[in-house]
Amino acid sequence: MEGLLEWLGSTAWSVALLESFWVWPLLESTHVLTIALFVGIVAMNDLRLVGWAMRNVPVSQVTGRLLPWARVGFVLMVITGLLIFYSNPVRYYHNIFFRVKMVLLVFAGLNAFVFHRKIHRRVSEWDQDPVLPREARIAGAVSLVVWAFIVIAGRLIAYNWFDCDIQPQPGWLNWASACPTMAN
Amino acid sequence: MAPDGWLPFFERLEGTAFGTAIRESLWAFPIIESIHLLGLCLLGGALLVVDLRLLGLGLTRQPIEGLIRSARPWLFAAIALMLATGIPMFLSEAVKCFYNTSFWVKMIALPIALCFTLAIRRRMAGGAGRETSLGTRICGLASIALWFTVAAAGRWIGYSG
Repeated sequence: MEGLLEWLGSTAWSVALLESFWVWPLLESTHVLTIALFVGIVAMNDLRLVGWAMRNVPVSQVTGRLLPWARVGFVLMVITGLLIFYSNPVRYYHNIFFRVKMVLLVFAGLNAFVFHRKIHRRVSEWDQDPVLPREARIAGAVSLVVWAFIVIAGRLIAYNWFDCDIQPQPGWLNWASACPTMAN
Repeated sequence: MAPDGWLPFFERLEGTAFGTAIRESLWAFPIIESIHLLGLCLLGGALLVVDLRLLGLGLTRQPIEGLIRSARPWLFAAIALMLATGIPMFLSEAVKCFYNTSFWVKMIALPIALCFTLAIRRRMAGGAGRETSLGTRICGLASIALWFTVAAAGRWIGYSG
């Protein structure tokens, strides 16, 4: 893994990205703005599920007509995110906030999967209800909380407090960041 | 971008105990900044629910008026959260902001965007029912363009010197 990432980071495009005066900031700005688009729309959907917003709008309208717009943000967010990772793969791989973010992304994905595959299937039974069944409310609340922490963890990746080259760090942190053991 | 005469005022703001405490703390700025970003997401959602509708997209079966009313508490919450976190960040680095072109672009775009959303968009859309017109489309597009400028300039404060 380490060798693969080191090779990736040494490719000409990766070096050019990291050192570019304009492209890198433009990438990151696009990443942030598309997060506002994606997480914003997902959050409005979640607030409907929890029962805190648009209670008079049928759930199927929100999931069927509003939520698809989040996909636009999602595609751009993932592309820019991957390019940012590509610009400095070894550093991100060992960054504890990046690792936390990736784990949380898996959680968010699983929650969305369960919601769409299981809970949303019976939407016709409670489509117009201002207060939704417990499982729909839980899925909305989980999404809100997990995405909030994804945004926070993502923003904190920029800080190098816990990076492997900053030592000493607690043993568990070096373990969680998979820091090379020579750093201890 | 701003008159030189304003500089002492910005220096005094940066020298306040509040601004100094944030600047000297390792964690305060990053945490405030993260919450500012959460506010941005919420703001994006609360704006887009209405703006997409004005463009004839998204929740088109709902009356515009009703959507504006539904999104309003979240819009206000987002604006409050952004101000409550944005002002402390500004105080911690007021002098840097004074010399920062992106900061001034944001400070010009922000009141325009706020006035547009709270006065014009509300009124223009208030008369319209379920139907989308050229007027509502222009309104939705203007809202997205204005807030995009605010957000993009805001992110760029961190890059430009």
